[in-house]
Amino acid sequence: MSSDISPPQAKPIGRQAGIASRHGLTKEQLGMGAIAKWAPVLALIVLVIAGLLASPTFLSQGNVRTLLLSSTILMILAVGQTFVISTGGIDLSIAAVAQFSGIVMGLTFAAGAPIGVSILAALAAGTAAGVLNGFIVAKGRITDFIVTLGSFSILSGLTLLISNAKPQTVNSPLLTRISTGGIGILSFMILIAIIVAILGRVLLFNTAFGTHVLAVGGNKKAADAMGISFTKVKIGVYMVSGFLAAVGGILLAARLGAAEPTAGSAYQLTSIASVVLGGVSLFGGKSNIIGPLVGAVVLTGVVNLLNITGVPVYYQPVAVGAVVILAAFLRRYEK
Amino acid sequence: MKQTESVPFAAVPAPENALLRIEDLQLRFGPVTALGGVTMHALPGEITAIIGDNGAGKSSLTKCILGVYEATSGSIYFNGKPAEVKTPHDAKELGIEAVFQDLALFDDLTLWQNMFINRELKKGIGPFSILDKRAMISRSDELVRGLTVNVPDAKRTVRSMSGGQRQAVAIARAVAWGSELVIMDEPTAALGVRERTEVEDTVIGLRNEGRSFMLISHSFDQVMRVADAVWVMRQGRAVAHRRISETSGEELVALVTGAQTT
Repeated sequence: MSSDISPPQAKPIGRQAGIASRHGLTKEQLGMGAIAKWAPVLALIVLVIAGLLASPTFLSQGNVRTLLLSSTILMILAVGQTFVISTGGIDLSIAAVAQFSGIVMGLTFAAGAPIGVSILAALAAGTAAGVLNGFIVAKGRITDFIVTLGSFSILSGLTLLISNAKPQTVNSPLLTRISTGGIGILSFMILIAIIVAILGRVLLFNTAFGTHVLAVGGNKKAADAMGISFTKVKIGVYMVSGFLAAVGGILLAARLGAAEPTAGSAYQLTSIASVVLGGVSLFGGKSNIIGPLVGAVVLTGVVNLLNITGVPVYYQPVAVGAVVILAAFLRRYEK
Repeated sequence: MKQTESVPFAAVPAPENALLRIEDLQLRFGPVTALGGVTMHALPGEITAIIGDNGAGKSSLTKCILGVYEATSGSIYFNGKPAEVKTPHDAKELGIEAVFQDLALFDDLTLWQNMFINRELKKGIGPFSILDKRAMISRSDELVRGLTVNVPDAKRTVRSMSGGQRQAVAIARAVAWGSELVIMDEPTAALGVRERTEVEDTVIGLRNEGRSFMLISHSFDQVMRVADAVWVMRQGRAVAHRRISETSGEELVALVTGAQTT
């Protein structure tokens, strides 16, 4: 026989205490939760203050423009990574897909194809790699971590094999214009990142596919019960990730003037770091697009600040890793 | 409303208007017999309870009705017609929905997203269609407004709701899409007294509007309060049938334990 009588509870003091009591959190934990929620914005503020104190050039127009330009490729990859992580997965192959796609573009261009065809070949290669990742994860019932770690290794090797480990020069006026031109104060690279972010947000929050991505990440068992196809969702998110990795690879080649088989390896970690810093749950189901974009700017800003203050380059990965671990730690307190 | 007599099981005939009729349903997993020939029925506009001890076959029976398991032999008739229920999709096509024990809700999605999950309303053309959020929010508000449980607005996430509210959302979703029969497996097992009452009132209210429910419950009190008829299962068989108005909690206990056989 159940009872109507509830055990006596501590009297809540104020609204915050009431919320804390309802969720079984202390006030201190609530404070940490608020910090976690606003982590990307707070990190940006801390970066700006640190930049102001450390170097007068950090917030100069030229450096801000350079910083944003340097962030664009990472922003694009972070949007792709966000889709995968929203399902509870992780794409460790994203940098390798970008490198592979860039080399495919370079080789196609070197074979005499027009730049438009070469770009399409790169996009097709990246998308295909993504589809393969998703297919193996879904049908092979292998965890995302292992599949993408494997494909990272395979694609890195393939990229070196097909390029003979040599950069593929892409002398294209179109790519040069994309990397150096712009409209008004906005460079084309930043415009492309903004368009990708807007389309990513629409896809994630305004389509049935996006809802299913969040559903699979939030409660796979329930998603199965509601008839949502896990296979379609997984292939879909890796397709998005692969396509955007290819876009990143093309833009990287445009910036460097050549497709480098090993350029951009750091994106493997920083794309995940941007997403974590941006407030996307690594367990899936809870996501946003703006946060990872801010996360990408913050991480690029940290590296930029270390560069202009003359800190040895070896400290850069140390700083990035520390920021990521701190962000992941704060996530623990998020409700 | 008295539709069948409370008589020993073997003599219970299925009325012509039975919504669901099951005849000699058997389910075997290799040498293990989960259902040893279940014959039962449920009437439209009623709450039909299924009770029994652990391992009596309640879950196996409902999983056969929901197409999670394919019965080894026997027949299922729905609305008087033979029904092939081999997959969950077949059950949904018939208009049979379930409220799962773990609710199958998505905590970080809003109420309207949960209500329309995998049945989203869209506007636009083909691959360029986007969610018609306004229509789904409005429809969700309508669906939960009629419930006894006071559910907050449709834009709130399910995570922010109480156990009773979550249960109400799950029931409203099942009722919205299960046009014919909603199967509820222990729907109030995890709820407090007040929330349990709210959910029971919600189900009774929907029954009074003509909805049909099948209730799997361990609580004889709940069955006596809510149901119109009850089937007792023991060792993979339906061994007794009673109209609630003509039985008592003590008799149901006796039937479940085997102290009384029919």
